[in-house]
Amino acid sequence: MSHAAAATADRHPMPGMMIYNVKLGMWIFLLSEVMFFTGLIGSYIILRFAHPEHFADPGQVLNVPLTAFNTFVLICSSVTMVKAYAAITQDDQKGLRFWLLMTILLGTFFVGVQVFEYIKLAEEGFVPVVEMYGVGHELAGGPLYGATFYAMTGFHGTHVTIGVLCMWFVLYRAWQGKYSKDNYGAVEIIGLYWHFVDLVWILLFTIVYLI
Amino acid sequence: MAGNGEQPRYFLIWFILFVLTLAEVGYAFLSLPKWILATGLIIMAVWKALLVALYYMHLRWEPKRLWILAASPLPLAVILVVAVLTEF
Repeated sequence: MSHAAAATADRHPMPGMMIYNVKLGMWIFLLSEVMFFTGLIGSYIILRFAHPEHFADPGQVLNVPLTAFNTFVLICSSVTMVKAYAAITQDDQKGLRFWLLMTILLGTFFVGVQVFEYIKLAEEGFVPVVEMYGVGHELAGGPLYGATFYAMTGFHGTHVTIGVLCMWFVLYRAWQGKYSKDNYGAVEIIGLYWHFVDLVWILLFTIVYLI
Repeated sequence: MAGNGEQPRYFLIWFILFVLTLAEVGYAFLSLPKWILATGLIIMAVWKALLVALYYMHLRWEPKRLWILAASPLPLAVILVVAVLTEF
């Protein structure tokens, strides 16, 4: 089968789920990710209910305004991603490259702000290690808070970083003119992943930073 | 995928997400009982998550059977959390 024929077969609606196979594969992967993040967020909720003395009001420890701004950045990256998808469905190569690059920049900025936040929190003594927790500081909460916080936000940040790296690859291919209005599967797939990561952050931000 | 070549209003969704984020942060700092705050915040978060899934992930224009597939881990997620929570 030629490359073009394979690409077309990839996107044709398939019997059963009526979507092409690679897209179905991404959806199933994302569903497994739902359970992955449920494990992390669920542990946090359960531990906070069981041991409230180990936790503090997020506003006392975390920088809520900074993270609210970062949430806005990630929401902006979702709209730039979907604009990249919309561009290639209309065969707009320039638009695809521009919006993909914007998404990469916003995603990188998000991870950068998260690293900055980690450094500030660690300086204040908010760390996931029992021996180091609150050394020389009067910090609310306990090591359980630090451990769950860094596990949840760290795994999410890793997902964003992987998304950015994959998007560089898609951008490279876009620059080579590999995508068109008849062959945009990769853009749609990376878009699904990116929006899912945004969706998880929306829930994480509310549960970890606001409640 | 948006049907009939019609593009969804992506920037309108973005604006609603922005307003809801602002509303969430403002609401979180009101002096209300904790359970009222938590309920309101979760409603707004789920609303935002649904907007992303329906419009940005194009679930709204996907076959119904993909909806069922997408919703399938949600009961499992609830069972996982509730089952462990009731053990304490």
